[in-house]
Amino acid sequence: MSDLNKLTLADARDKMRAGEVTSVELTEACLSEIEGASALGAFVHNTPEIALEQAKAADVRIQAGNAPDMCGIPLGIKDLFCTKGVASQAASAILEGFKPEYESTVTQNLWDAGSVMLGKLNMDEFAMGSSNETSTYGNAVNPWRRTGDDTALTPGGSSGGSASAVAADLCLAATGTDTGGSIRQPAAFTGITGIKPTYGRVSRWGVVAFASSLDQAGPMTKTVRDSAIMLETMCSHDAKDSTSVDFAVPNFEAALTGDIRGKKIGIPKEYHMDGMPAEIEKLWADGTAMLKDAGAEIVDISLPHTKYALPAYYVIAPAEASSNLARYDGVRYGHRASLGKGDGITEMYEKTRAEGFGPEVQRRVMIGTYVLSAGFYDAYYNRARRVRTLIKKDFEDVFAAGVDAILTPATPSSAFGLGEMKDADPVKMYLNDVFTVTVNLAGLPGITVPTGLDAQGLPLGLQLIGRPWEEGDLLNSAYVLEQAAGFASKPAKWW
Amino acid sequence: MLDLSYDAPTPKTIAGAKDDWELVIGMEVHAQVSSNAKLFSGASTKFGAEPNSHVAFVDSAMPGMLPVINEFCIEQAVRTGLGLKAEINLKSAFDRKNYFYPDLPQGYQISQLYHPIVGEGEVLVEMGDGTARNVRVERIHLEQDAGKSIHDMDPNMSFVDLNRTGVALMEIVSRPDIRGPEEAAAYLGKLRQILRYLGTCDGNMQNGSMRADVNVSVCRPGQYEKYQATQDFGHLGTRCEIKNMNSMRFIQMAIDVEARRQIAILEDGGEIVQETRLYDADKNETRSMRSKEEAHDYRYFPDPDLLPLEIEQGWVDDIGATLPELPDAKKARFINDFKLSDYDASVLTAEVENANYFEAVAKGRDGKMSANWVINELFGRLKKDEKTITDSPVNPTQLGGIIELISSDAISGKIAKDLFEIVYTEGGDPAEIVEARGMKQVTDTGAIEAAVDQIIADNPAQVEKAKQNPKLAGWFVGQVMKATGGKANPKAVNELVAKKLAD
Amino acid sequence: MSIDKDTAARVAKLARIRVEEDALPALAEEFNAILGFIEELNEVDVDGVEPMTSVTPMRLKRRVDEITDGDQQDKVLKNAPDAREGFFAVPKVVE
Repeated sequence: MSDLNKLTLADARDKMRAGEVTSVELTEACLSEIEGASALGAFVHNTPEIALEQAKAADVRIQAGNAPDMCGIPLGIKDLFCTKGVASQAASAILEGFKPEYESTVTQNLWDAGSVMLGKLNMDEFAMGSSNETSTYGNAVNPWRRTGDDTALTPGGSSGGSASAVAADLCLAATGTDTGGSIRQPAAFTGITGIKPTYGRVSRWGVVAFASSLDQAGPMTKTVRDSAIMLETMCSHDAKDSTSVDFAVPNFEAALTGDIRGKKIGIPKEYHMDGMPAEIEKLWADGTAMLKDAGAEIVDISLPHTKYALPAYYVIAPAEASSNLARYDGVRYGHRASLGKGDGITEMYEKTRAEGFGPEVQRRVMIGTYVLSAGFYDAYYNRARRVRTLIKKDFEDVFAAGVDAILTPATPSSAFGLGEMKDADPVKMYLNDVFTVTVNLAGLPGITVPTGLDAQGLPLGLQLIGRPWEEGDLLNSAYVLEQAAGFASKPAKWW
Repeated sequence: MLDLSYDAPTPKTIAGAKDDWELVIGMEVHAQVSSNAKLFSGASTKFGAEPNSHVAFVDSAMPGMLPVINEFCIEQAVRTGLGLKAEINLKSAFDRKNYFYPDLPQGYQISQLYHPIVGEGEVLVEMGDGTARNVRVERIHLEQDAGKSIHDMDPNMSFVDLNRTGVALMEIVSRPDIRGPEEAAAYLGKLRQILRYLGTCDGNMQNGSMRADVNVSVCRPGQYEKYQATQDFGHLGTRCEIKNMNSMRFIQMAIDVEARRQIAILEDGGEIVQETRLYDADKNETRSMRSKEEAHDYRYFPDPDLLPLEIEQGWVDDIGATLPELPDAKKARFINDFKLSDYDASVLTAEVENANYFEAVAKGRDGKMSANWVINELFGRLKKDEKTITDSPVNPTQLGGIIELISSDAISGKIAKDLFEIVYTEGGDPAEIVEARGMKQVTDTGAIEAAVDQIIADNPAQVEKAKQNPKLAGWFVGQVMKATGGKANPKAVNELVAKKLAD
Repeated sequence: MSIDKDTAARVAKLARIRVEEDALPALAEEFNAILGFIEELNEVDVDGVEPMTSVTPMRLKRRVDEITDGDQQDKVLKNAPDAREGFFAVPKVVE
């Protein structure tokens, strides 16, 4: 069978169970595809030996029957996840050469279920970025191009490598992480599906921390069904993560009934941003109509503090990051600057961190340092935490009023060209997260689904935001949207 | 519970060149929580292991590692709070204190700045002269210890060992209620005693299980009373903090020398700069750590890896119900029940093991005699061998047996000391030893009378002298005791000698 | 609020990131752009609003007081740029 790498996760599962394909065949197909796709810059550390070994073991399990859904599925893993004995650098030079002696809980869950690791995926350095341009490995590139235009486009970020790899069928699915939109924005930019679960649903243990109160891992897949299957395996209660909840993990795939009759879908008026492209407005209106046609009740809602989500985020995330990244000091792992004569410990710190961190990471660490520093803590950090309380309350109010899910655009535009934002002020880049960041601040589940192409032939997505712990319900709404939109476009292979 | 009441001690006064000055001292005591595992990891807290062997990946701050709190450490902090009669905060929270240092792998220490687990309490500090200071405790919070940097193994490098990293500490912060170097040492001693009674800290200062930062300021007489009346620090002088002291003796020396330094500056018309200082025992001086200070801006904020710590009143009550009798109560009871002096009761309650030993000895026996034997004979003997009560070769039953033999006049006090030495070195049951070795006191007056008669008959010249000078009767007593191998009841001998010589 | 060159230098120092003298003015300018954006938060009335402590409120997880970790000196030191005799080695720290 050819093009095995193009299978969806669900189809691959079914075919493996039916004995039509083996995990080794799937894995080999992906490995050979990865080999030819270096122009995408998606995979940054390949692990073919591990992959084939895991695939063989998976085939044995599948043959024995009763193998879990994820058994034998070849995956790409974002470089932010620590994988035992395999380079795990968070796409940063400061973790040059770092090979952890431990396995993150999420990847362990996947391996326990029999999944296959093809390698590590590119990303923005420490997950800080929206275009995958801050990576020490160089850019990840979007497999999509504008019609009749060779300009290399961003796959989005920070999970840019994951998005590019899944969209280009280098793997069946990938892990991502999402602190302000890092799963959902790249998914939208590359025409795939990505879900950020409720904060606490997925363990953060072994995932390099960016902003602890916002970080959540999730799947990036070709379909909603694939996301449902993979998310279930990624979730677990983890005694090693104090913020992981002790809730049973539902069967998310079973929630995909396709029936959303009577569900209340909220359309927040504050997401109609000034200067939003007409294409996005139309996409949103079309999506609304699709859900309505499926029997949902559409209600206009207000989330009054939406405007302040980005500024609050750009206080809270850098503040936490400034502290989380203090451990990269050249003492216990990673890069240490070579020192000049007379250099002491302070010079070692300053040189190591100046050499090891890229400009965006440095900028955010310093902003975070500033907003926490003496005299500014209340004015910035505590105020931002208060605003965060209000943002969460906005959502609680609409959910209390009976809204089941909220439909919004995923991004303010389609994918932009690599380097296009180079000279823009950093704030402009931050605006990419304008629709996604509220979800992290409120700890809610959010999913993006591709629903159309823009005039340039690039994919656009819509976002659905769900009630806390109702990922199943949310996935079902997304499934309905996906079916209605019937998005089937694939990028033309140029790489 | 019985309460002992004391007068407050007189504050220490230092005479400057111009004026008298009083000292005002507050202390931050870091006490290592007694626990098997660290505050946020499952690595051991044991002292003295191979470098970096008691280290979990959480402790070495590997990427992606997360803290999970040790419930027993919370319990120990609550127990300590209850022991210091402090309020327990059912809701507290952990904050990150950010600074760079090689033995601080995370780049921050997890501590409790904004919401500590324990609020206000108090410690009664007896000064041994019938006075005592009531020192108010402001708060106790839980925090992580740092690792250890070793600077003398290599000329160009410092070596870092993370075994201590993440061990749970309680920081016990006092109000500035301590008024002299002796009071400071006594306060630390009393805290140590209470913590050891509670079993929440082993109090081993040498291993660093207890360390203190000491805040010292000086003021003119009368100012402190104004502070106490208003709680306005404006009435007090500017303070300096002497860091990381772990010796009672050096604490006293450091306070004294720091106070004198401040007085000299003030009398010279200068001003005290609030700063952190380090005590140099070799030179007996304190020196500024200002260079370090300037770089510090700790950027405290709530640790997002941990949720607020909420505990239940019922749990606190359960811990309270298992609290042991504490030193003040025990001492009062010893004075009341065993009729001990304040001093003896203090000595016996200094360590809970001593108190327990004493109680076992004194149970059903004479309290005062038991106290004398425990303090004078047993402690004296143990000290000679550099032993502590826990490795005493004589157990309470044995010592009690000796005391019973004295009380029943079976042996004399002198023989008892010999017997004690035998039991101490050889072991065995005192009554059996006395029987087997014929050490029993001779109370049979017939036998004693025969001995007295014999001595009198053998020494006519001495008899004559003694008749002239009755004080010489003692010589006859001594001879009789010698002749009976010390076993004669001295009281009976005295009476008989006096009677015979008078004949 | 405006960040000048000296403040930028102080923040860089606090964050232990070496920034060359001639890069400071541009850095200060970037900070100002970001802080200007952040200062939109001042428009929000936050009187009486509690700062968020946890987005998913629940009881803080506890571990039992058992030794379950450690005894892995080799693994702890494995990734170290400079480890000697069981220690991490760093340039001399002057106290």
